[in-house]
Amino acid sequence: MEFHKPRTWPEALAIKAEHPDATPIAGGTDVMVELNFDVHRPDVLIDLTEIAELREWFTVDGRYRVGSGVPYARIIDELGATLPGLAMASRTVGSPQIRNRGTVGGNLGAASPAGDAHPPLLAAGAEIEVASVRGTRLIPADEFYTGVKRNAMEPDELIAAFHISPADGPQQFAKIGTRNAMVIAVCSFGLALHPSTRTVGTGVGSAAPTPRRAADAEAFIAGELDWDSPLPLRDSVKRRFGELVAQSASPIDDVRGTAGYRQHALSVMARRTLGWAWDEYRRNR
Amino acid sequence: MSRPTKAPDKAPDRITTPITGGVGESPLRPDGTLKVKGEFAYSSDLWMDDMLWGATLRSPHPYARIVSIDLSGAWQTPGVHTVMTYDDVPGEKLFGLEHTDQPVMAHEVVRYQGEAVAIVAADHPETARRAVDKIVVEYEVLEPLTDAEEAVFATDAPTLHPGGNLVRHLPIRRGDQHATADVVVRGEYEVGMQDQAFLGPESGLAVPAEDGGVDLYIATQWLHVDQKQVAKCLGLPNDKVRLMLAGVGGAFGAREDLSMQVHASMLALRTGRPVKIVYSREESFFGHVHRHPAKLYYEHGATREGRLVYVKARMFLDGGAYASSTGAVVANAATLGVGPYEAPNVTIDCWGAYTNNPPCGAMRGFGAVQAAFAYESQMDRLAAELGLDPVEVRVRNAMAEGTTMPTGQVVDSAAPVAEMLRRVEAMPLPPAAPTDSYDLRELPGGVSNTTHGEGVVRGIGYGIGIKNVCFSEGFDDFSTARVRLEVIAGEPTAMVHTAAAEVGQGLVTVQAQIARTELGVERVTIHPADTQVGSGGSTSASRQTYMTGGAVKAACEKVRGLLLDIARERLHVEGQLHLDGGKIVSDRHGVLADLAEVLGDEVIDETVEWRHRPTEALDPTTGQGFAHVQYAFAVHRAVVDVDVDLGLVRVVALDCVQDVGKAINPDAVVGQIHGGSAQGLGLAVMEEIQVRDGKIRNPSFTDYLIPTILDMPPMKVDVLELADPHAPYGLRGVGEPPTISSTPAIVAAIRAATGLAIPRCPVRPEDITGTA
Repeated sequence: MEFHKPRTWPEALAIKAEHPDATPIAGGTDVMVELNFDVHRPDVLIDLTEIAELREWFTVDGRYRVGSGVPYARIIDELGATLPGLAMASRTVGSPQIRNRGTVGGNLGAASPAGDAHPPLLAAGAEIEVASVRGTRLIPADEFYTGVKRNAMEPDELIAAFHISPADGPQQFAKIGTRNAMVIAVCSFGLALHPSTRTVGTGVGSAAPTPRRAADAEAFIAGELDWDSPLPLRDSVKRRFGELVAQSASPIDDVRGTAGYRQHALSVMARRTLGWAWDEYRRNR
Repeated sequence: MSRPTKAPDKAPDRITTPITGGVGESPLRPDGTLKVKGEFAYSSDLWMDDMLWGATLRSPHPYARIVSIDLSGAWQTPGVHTVMTYDDVPGEKLFGLEHTDQPVMAHEVVRYQGEAVAIVAADHPETARRAVDKIVVEYEVLEPLTDAEEAVFATDAPTLHPGGNLVRHLPIRRGDQHATADVVVRGEYEVGMQDQAFLGPESGLAVPAEDGGVDLYIATQWLHVDQKQVAKCLGLPNDKVRLMLAGVGGAFGAREDLSMQVHASMLALRTGRPVKIVYSREESFFGHVHRHPAKLYYEHGATREGRLVYVKARMFLDGGAYASSTGAVVANAATLGVGPYEAPNVTIDCWGAYTNNPPCGAMRGFGAVQAAFAYESQMDRLAAELGLDPVEVRVRNAMAEGTTMPTGQVVDSAAPVAEMLRRVEAMPLPPAAPTDSYDLRELPGGVSNTTHGEGVVRGIGYGIGIKNVCFSEGFDDFSTARVRLEVIAGEPTAMVHTAAAEVGQGLVTVQAQIARTELGVERVTIHPADTQVGSGGSTSASRQTYMTGGAVKAACEKVRGLLLDIARERLHVEGQLHLDGGKIVSDRHGVLADLAEVLGDEVIDETVEWRHRPTEALDPTTGQGFAHVQYAFAVHRAVVDVDVDLGLVRVVALDCVQDVGKAINPDAVVGQIHGGSAQGLGLAVMEEIQVRDGKIRNPSFTDYLIPTILDMPPMKVDVLELADPHAPYGLRGVGEPPTISSTPAIVAAIRAATGLAIPRCPVRPEDITGTA
């Protein structure tokens, strides 16, 4: 196995261009597991941990640009107040040790439907910045996931960062696991209220071949919410929203749960998180 | 006896860390700090510079005929020293705890997924694993037999072993077999396959010795039963197979059977090099037996006052591909099948069957767990049927000292079942969940943020269990202890040497406490456990403090007797003497002399073989007999919060009352109760090896979930000490009872919260939400 440890981003991109099959590694919480289990044995490994800029975040034109190597623990500590949905999801990632190492970039690279970061990125309308020696491009989150553990990147590209707006309204994230900590999602749901655009963003995790938005649910609820004189949401509205979220999923039966349970749980999580977020919006007005 | 030319690194040393307390105190355990700091040497840490690494090829099929095995790819792998199969087993080709039915490596047929087919030794573990992958086995895949009931009764089921598919059928017949009752409740229950999930995977190091034998450093539960089986398979006399206990990372029954012992020894003897084998976590799920999954059919008949008239039960335990300890598990499930209750008329049948599922054998609770889930569920059904409180119905039927068991055995020591139930009932309940605020960590779903209180319903449930302590049914169950007393650097020092396995439960601490108490010395060292001394019996059946503790006590008494004889002679005194604080003390004259002075250069070194009172075999047609040494009891009250919309559960409280006869080390006793309760919680709500068509679907800690600190609540524990006159210090075995009662208590609480029948554990979110 060839092992590269570039010191700079251009160097990393040059290596990736030369070795399009190379596997990038950051926190190692996915890649090392696969290596140790002999599931995946890449010919070339690119260790990105020496590249300082990947571990930085800053604001560009009112949006955050968060380096792909910022670990979950720092997202919780440093961005928790302004990216509450992503922070809530980050708190459910593995154990403290995993949150110290694991990165959103890794979640995006692996593109597992069960990745915890995906639903809040979808709900918040994040964009993924990918780069190669050919240049840099932004991919909207809802175009990023293309199949089970597949994403929209070209072989010579690496994930530089994700761009995400600070929350303009309440955000929520909920995840089902069969124990009260340290679980892989049976299914998960992210929700973001966007008062500035009078829209609601959603993200469904672990209930389809890819993480996905619940577009029908978003359209439905946008038509129901009265942003100017917000009243408590009728139960029937929350339930309808939940049903539409459940319908957006196409889950399977597997070792972690049945398809029927996933759909049911999504409807419950969707109606609950909508209620929490809307109540918070009403309180804060 | 020849000793190894060189001991490996990380082999256990004599424990010289001071252990301070006596019997009834709670000194710190010598391995505690090391384990917390990550410095304890486990069997997987064993090291010799010239060692090779072994790896195992396992069957991907639950049932298949082996057509051919092509080893050439493995042999051609650079770094490989040898490759071996069934044909290379030098001695007996089969082994087994109760039945010699399991091949060292598969021969002609594989009977479960994960069965060993070939082994490789190479100079690097990765090389060994890759060489294993290059072995080509041609299988003729057969339809696996995966249902225990079918295995026993279906006429078209394939016959998996020469004697048929039945490992053991035990009937229990007591009283009127045709009794009728005013109130009848029936139920069908299922218990899933639980894994012991010890943290230290199977591992050990076999070192070839100059005398043609082997020195095996191994994490196990019973050195001598391993020695006997390994020696037979190697075709060596016992004294050429010497076992040393390496650091054990938990056991819970999973180390009773052989795993890599014979394989590593074969590779070492063939290559002339030390060979280490360490299973990965995934391999470990295939490398040891599990708890028998069970199907149980129960019928309870009672009077309108709620007194049991009869209990009828049919139980099926799935033993999987090989017998392991299935026979003894069947005996426990059957003889304890009524639970800690008086029932005049009993009709129980329990079958243990061969299937092509993963082999099942010993796990904490050992048959009593499966039965308790069913009989406790039945007691709740009976209470509901009669409109009685669940505690009240249990108290009305509670057994006591003097009760006749379904086996005809009269219980002849404390059995404070009614008192324990009343005590746990009287414990304060946790406060209700606050309605004006929430803490995610205290809600079902935890930090996953699935509820802020919506859908959460509280439920309370009770469970009580009964367990036999020590080996039963006439087994010649003994432990050996050697105690040596001498003066070292002016200080009287006792050394305790046994072959009993410390598996994390705290036995070495207890051994030192007993020696300090019995000999009145300050300094006690513990010799590493090995086969140089006689058998300590198995670290199972909650028996080691009773048995090896009893043996150490007896050996100390013998040493003390000899010492006091010397004292009487040298000090020219008569009458009662005792030892206290390193002094020889006369009952009449007070302190007479220093022990060190009296002993001088003399060494007293005594070995004692100690037995519990004998038991009897059970009558094979009626199940009658004085089969059990001692009964032990624990009761739990579980309080749960269930998110009834999502089917998620948080156990809010899991309080326990247990009678331990005498707490030799009270902190360790409470630790056992905590751990056992947590393991029972796991079986109640999350722990299951999911097997489909004979294949394990979740062989990893990613998908085989065990409770975390956020799942296990702090416990209130009430320890009773009602002495058993037959046991050393009056003690009662501690380790298993809490595992038995916590599962039914939690499931009862979930039923109370949801109003659902829930006939199966572990309870899945699907079972609560109707989405299975």
